[in-house]
Amino acid sequence: MNEPLVHVRDLHVRFVSRDATVHAVNGVSFDLAERESLCILGESGSGKSVTLRALMALNPPRRTKLSGTVRVGGHDIIAASERKMADIRGSTVSMIFQEPMTALDPVFTIGRQIAETVMRHEDVSRAAAEARALELLELVQIPSAKRRLAAYPHELSGGLRQRAMIAIALSCRPKLLLADEPTTALDATVQIQILLLLRRLQQEMGMGVIFVTHDLGVAGEIADRVAVMYAGKFIEEGPVRGLMRNPLHPYAQGLLGATVHAGMRGERLTTIPGAPPNLERVPQGCAFAPRCPHMREECLPKVPDSRSPVPGHAARCVLVPDAMSQAA
Amino acid sequence: MFFYLIRRILYAIPIALAVGLVCFMLVQIAPGDPINAIVPADAPAEVVEQVRRDYGLDKPLPVQFALWLGRVVQGDLGRSLATGRPVTADLRSAVGNTLMLALVAAFIGFAMGSILGTIAAVFRGSVLDKLAVGLAAAGVSIPHYWLGMVLVVFFSVTLNWLPAMGAGPGGSGAWEWNWANMQFLVLPAVTLSVIPMGIVTRTVRGVVMELLAQDFVTTLRGKGLRRGGIALHVLKNAASSVLAVMGLQLGYLMGGSILVETVFSWPGTGFLLNSAIFQRDLPVLQGTILVLAIFFVVLNLAVDLVQTALDPRIRRA
Amino acid sequence: MSTAITPAAIAVPQPAPARSRGYWAGVARRLSRDPVTLFFGAVLLLMALAILFAPLLAPHDPYQTSMIRRLRPIWFQDGRYPLGTDELGRDMLTRLLYGGRLSWFLGIAPVLIAFAIGGTLGVVAGFAGGWVNMLIMRTTDVFYAFPSVLLAVAISGALGPGISNAMLSLTLVFIPQIIRVAESTTTSVRNLDYVESARASGAGPLTIVRVHILPNVLGPIFVYSTSLISVSMILASGLSFLGLGTKPPEPEWGLMLNTLRTAIYTQPLIAMLPGVCIFVTSMCFNMVSDGLRTAMDVRG
Repeated sequence: MNEPLVHVRDLHVRFVSRDATVHAVNGVSFDLAERESLCILGESGSGKSVTLRALMALNPPRRTKLSGTVRVGGHDIIAASERKMADIRGSTVSMIFQEPMTALDPVFTIGRQIAETVMRHEDVSRAAAEARALELLELVQIPSAKRRLAAYPHELSGGLRQRAMIAIALSCRPKLLLADEPTTALDATVQIQILLLLRRLQQEMGMGVIFVTHDLGVAGEIADRVAVMYAGKFIEEGPVRGLMRNPLHPYAQGLLGATVHAGMRGERLTTIPGAPPNLERVPQGCAFAPRCPHMREECLPKVPDSRSPVPGHAARCVLVPDAMSQAA
Repeated sequence: MFFYLIRRILYAIPIALAVGLVCFMLVQIAPGDPINAIVPADAPAEVVEQVRRDYGLDKPLPVQFALWLGRVVQGDLGRSLATGRPVTADLRSAVGNTLMLALVAAFIGFAMGSILGTIAAVFRGSVLDKLAVGLAAAGVSIPHYWLGMVLVVFFSVTLNWLPAMGAGPGGSGAWEWNWANMQFLVLPAVTLSVIPMGIVTRTVRGVVMELLAQDFVTTLRGKGLRRGGIALHVLKNAASSVLAVMGLQLGYLMGGSILVETVFSWPGTGFLLNSAIFQRDLPVLQGTILVLAIFFVVLNLAVDLVQTALDPRIRRA
Repeated sequence: MSTAITPAAIAVPQPAPARSRGYWAGVARRLSRDPVTLFFGAVLLLMALAILFAPLLAPHDPYQTSMIRRLRPIWFQDGRYPLGTDELGRDMLTRLLYGGRLSWFLGIAPVLIAFAIGGTLGVVAGFAGGWVNMLIMRTTDVFYAFPSVLLAVAISGALGPGISNAMLSLTLVFIPQIIRVAESTTTSVRNLDYVESARASGAGPLTIVRVHILPNVLGPIFVYSTSLISVSMILASGLSFLGLGTKPPEPEWGLMLNTLRTAIYTQPLIAMLPGVCIFVTSMCFNMVSDGLRTAMDVRG
């Protein structure tokens, strides 16, 4: 019965429109324990944001087709009705977004937007909700918090807005916090502050956190584990230190700009030539093969299985030695 | 914000003056001697000369304008050539009747438009959306004076349900809010409501569609708000631009009811204008247009102020 | 922050930089895939042809009155009068065909003239900025203080009946509206980066206007103007309906609607016909204009 906080198996997300079907996520599986933090790395269009949104069924409702298993805090997300989902969102799981300017309602005060979330999920009075809003603003270290309660989003700086966004997300003490590129839109100095704040809040409140970013620095700063995503799949997953130091998949190596290790003749990869595949069709074999410097014939007919040379670190690449089969 | 309000109010003054100038010029561009706008054409020559001097029409145009403006500000819009009564006397009841008609039409049009536009935006691309868009297009394309005739043929001539013209048993003076009077209002108000219905449908559809696509709506869903909660946010965001359009439309209804009032013989400003045009009664024409245009200026000002109150982002300006 | 609101019904098409041949090919392609616009366009074309060839198509003389066959029903005399006769015994089909000529003319001509004048003034205001902009735009504001129907009626009413007076008043109504669109479009194009860089590389103002501004603003201004044709038709017919536009016995749809008003009790179907013509034409112009805007809007 010891179920992980997040349990995802073979998640597929397709966006269906009249003109085309986009296969955004093609079979993602992972687990996240309580208090654990995972960072999903990838280029834009790799399906990382879509995966994140699928965890709270937040993709555009009518166009999105979900399949597979998604369980968050014991709730079956894919089977849940929109009504049930509305109860889960904000209380069990909540999300902060990339652009705090557009993610906050421009014509409501910050205080109102926090209090509203509290009142939606907890049976408290307006006054109690506003008191909680003040506590939350202090929790996310907004200076002169009392005054800011009555401020509108456009009256705050980018960093303060993102703090307010975090306050809204944390207002009902969620077990899982999802963060969609939370620092990308901010100045470099503010980025660090927000990251430190998030790390501290995660530890204090004991939340599980899933981060999406294309910024390696962010990943190293907060994550316990890192997953690298390409064309809608996790192509590599492992502990943050192991994966950053010793990436296995050629794409991950390229992404990290790393020196390739023994058996690959030490050539330096600084950029990855080519572009990600068009996801209107699902690639048959390894989606990275057309851009891969080590492409072999066996890469094309089917997607390589996940191979794990060391426990907890795995990649979908034929070049990676599989500890299990070697041992046999 | 206070300074913004003051500035906005001050800005309305030159506009109002310029509107006055345009109305003043109406008589000047009319063919013939402007004196004909004051005295009947068959008046004896010495009377004409007397009036010309009294009204300062022998002075240069700018002076004339100043004199005219002075009289207007004191509430003197001249006398009707046809009836000899002060223009303001006729205008008072006419403006009331037009305002009543415009308000009822606006209510119908705005309510229908808001509902249709919201449905269209929420169910974007569906049959309902196409239907609403089609209705809106028809609403703005239809010659509403013709629609009035069609409605008369159908509801008055064929079905004999509603009266075809007039403003009730007591005429324009004795309006009461009972069915005997109100049945006269139904057809003209419905006829007049199709244009604002079309425009408001399009506006609401566009605004709501744009809002629903915004990031903050995803945030609201992410917070667990249900449809009703999200609708409240969308409503408050949409309010300022939708109200602006509605305000303009109410003004257009006031100024544009002339055709419908003519079709239904509704005793309002449009009807007054129509008879003034027919009889070339320039003082009435000028006075009516001035009053309607000033009303429109004030309405625009009010809309701006309401908008400022609703949207915190404007206050910075 | 700007508080100017454009009603959605006349939403201003936003300019996109670098209109090239490929852009227009794209517009044509999108239009060819839009069956609604094509349908209404086809209806317009048919009507235009019918009106153009009215002398060939019309079965009777549009001015030939008759005391004995007034207000006869549709298909009178086994189709000799396919749409019946009007209150003076003239053949309705003939009157409608000839009437379309004036109605279309009064719908299109004022918009075209206003497009030329208002477009020029708006581009000048937008490009020049400063006091020139002030002067043009504040004058525009004054005309905006009148509801358009009221302004048209006021000017026509003062000038008296007649086609040229009606045209003049309609043109005056549309000029300020087109100026506003032209000014805002030009201002936004002027501030685009590539215009800035052209200025920086020493291009003269005339070159910038000709090469960079005009190709980008003419399309949006034109599309906006086409949306006014339907308004112009309804207004023009409305003026005639009030007795301010066309004078009898000239055939024109609005005037016909007016003179047939007394017949709505006896021959309602015939009395409705001119209105149907105005409605269909104006609806078609509206839909085609909408389709054109969608096809030209890169975002859409």
